[in-house]
Amino acid sequence: MISFSRIAAVFIKELVQMRRDRPTFAIMIMVPVMQLALFGFAINTDPRHLPAAVELRDEGPLTRSFLASLRQSTYVEITDIVHTDAQGEELLRSGKVNFLIVIPENFESDFVRGERPEILVAADASDPVAASGVVGAIGEIARRAFEPELERLPVRLRGGAPPYNVVIHRQYNPEGVTAFNIVPGLLGVILTMTMTMITSIALTRERERGTYEALLSSPVRPLEIMVGKTTPYIIVGAIQTAIILLAARFVFHIPFMGDALAFLLVISVFILTNLMLGYLISTVAKTQMQAMQMTFFVFLPSILLSGFMFPFRAMPVWARAIGEVIPNTHFLRMVREIMLKGAGLADIAGDLGPLVLILLVLAGIALLRFRGTLD
Amino acid sequence: MTGETVIDVRGLTKSFGDKTVVDHFDLNVPRGSIYGFLGPNGSGKTTTIRMVCGLLKPDEGEGTCLGYDVLHESTEIKAHVGYMTQRFSLYEDLSIRENLEFFARLYGLDRMRQRVDEAIASLGLEGRAGQLAGSLSGGWKQRLALAACMIHEPQLLLLDEPTAGVDPKARRDFWDTIRHYASQGVTTLVSTHYMDEVVQCDRIAYIAYGKKLLDAPTAEIPDQLGLHAFKLDNGDLDKLSEKLKHAPGVDILARFGASIHVCGKDREKLAAAVDKVRGEPGVRVAEIEAGLEEAFIYLMAESDDNFGVGDAA
Repeated sequence: MISFSRIAAVFIKELVQMRRDRPTFAIMIMVPVMQLALFGFAINTDPRHLPAAVELRDEGPLTRSFLASLRQSTYVEITDIVHTDAQGEELLRSGKVNFLIVIPENFESDFVRGERPEILVAADASDPVAASGVVGAIGEIARRAFEPELERLPVRLRGGAPPYNVVIHRQYNPEGVTAFNIVPGLLGVILTMTMTMITSIALTRERERGTYEALLSSPVRPLEIMVGKTTPYIIVGAIQTAIILLAARFVFHIPFMGDALAFLLVISVFILTNLMLGYLISTVAKTQMQAMQMTFFVFLPSILLSGFMFPFRAMPVWARAIGEVIPNTHFLRMVREIMLKGAGLADIAGDLGPLVLILLVLAGIALLRFRGTLD
Repeated sequence: MTGETVIDVRGLTKSFGDKTVVDHFDLNVPRGSIYGFLGPNGSGKTTTIRMVCGLLKPDEGEGTCLGYDVLHESTEIKAHVGYMTQRFSLYEDLSIRENLEFFARLYGLDRMRQRVDEAIASLGLEGRAGQLAGSLSGGWKQRLALAACMIHEPQLLLLDEPTAGVDPKARRDFWDTIRHYASQGVTTLVSTHYMDEVVQCDRIAYIAYGKKLLDAPTAEIPDQLGLHAFKLDNGDLDKLSEKLKHAPGVDILARFGASIHVCGKDREKLAAAVDKVRGEPGVRVAEIEAGLEEAFIYLMAESDDNFGVGDAA
């Protein structure tokens, strides 16, 4: 016989325990709120306002009309106007812009003479999702820009093929293979999850098993515990990295264009940062269960706001601000730069600096929180 | 180290939230002695021990342990103290040898391998050094824990209810070992609930609600308490107990097999209470000297558990 009083007994007990475990309760409430905010507001699968540079080698009414049309389209945000190839390519390679639009020399005169000048659109296709919107829309943007101008053309040029030619050049990933973007990204996501999780129980496990007190009653210092407890997992992270890189090379045929030494440095700093993040969690969490939940809680934005799943540039300013303090954001940028664009140490300094800063801040807070006493 | 005093602290105070767990505690432990902390659960024994060895920072108070400042030199104190926690605190997923090696390394010991070998030999576990600590019985775990906290040859041993849940034979063996260390000049501070451990101590501090209520050589405790006792045997002991239990003057009543001991601080009232039952059939009454046993029962009955935050077992 099913007894309602026994069910009630278990039900009430669970309810009371849930109420006592505040952190778990908070996380259960926070997760849907966070997911709603991220998916509802931050994430945009139809990326707009992507930064673009225009390389102007000619100027005139046609060019001005084209630029106005570009701005109006909201697909791109013209952030830089340059005048040489070198400047334009540097902007694209460093990742400051996603597109470089080149108006060639004598564009205006060639246009009216019917010589069909080329408008070159170089797209950074290392993130194919971000590139696709503009690549698809650029033809239409050009048509709208030049339509009124057609009136001024000689009659023989009206109708038929348009008097200009839009050439799209996908750089760094010419075929737009999504694996080129996803696999290096996965490296960041996998390292974030496993490294953070493994050290998040570093201190909580000692606490739960009762070994904490004996450990602390020895002369070992908090910094020694921190270093001793995190460094073994660098080896684990290195093995994971090796597996993913081998798969990237031989299964997904993703090129490795850049500086191996720069990559090694980046991956080491990133692994350490995640280990430190986990260690910080373990100074806060009371139980291993709580540590796991907190890990999950920091894991969500690492996937959603870092640019792994959705283009970073397409997010609103507040979401990008949060993204900037997530280690994975900087790591993803650097890994894509190095693997797909052949970047060296100098090119990635702008992301390596913030990552090192995050590492130092995390370690500092962890040391402040854990002073080696039972207080 | 200063003179013959190993622990010398004054006014140690510790609060958790708004509960004061240890309240202006003074302690003076001479070298080579075995010093017992007696008191109910939650009275502040564990918290005091943790403050002495640098695991907790006192809110107030000052003093030295092994000549080092308890407020500022906890790392130095920890290096020379062996602390055995109430709960088994070695790694159950490490072997006996690995546990000992871990602690030997933590203390930065030279001749590490040799010391670990010696410790294993003294435990008599040569053949089982590779066995996981978690698979040991309670008595063996406790001996291993003691060996681990002695591996760095500390001058001061802090034992927090060391023999809770251990059988009497293992408990006697344990105390033989402690006596042996004491004879070599190792000072021991031990908290306990057990009468048979109290008799092993040279000096006893009785603690309740974070305060030290009594501090005397163990043999002088009954005198200090000023207890008087009567022994009653023969007759209907159940009925006698019932009549005497709540009689004025009777502070405690204890059954010892076929006799009853009643004790109280006020001899006149106690004698009057006993006189009332002299007429019961067959009963024999004799005044006896209150001993350590009576004193122990008196003290343990004095206060209930002092549910403290820091002492929760």
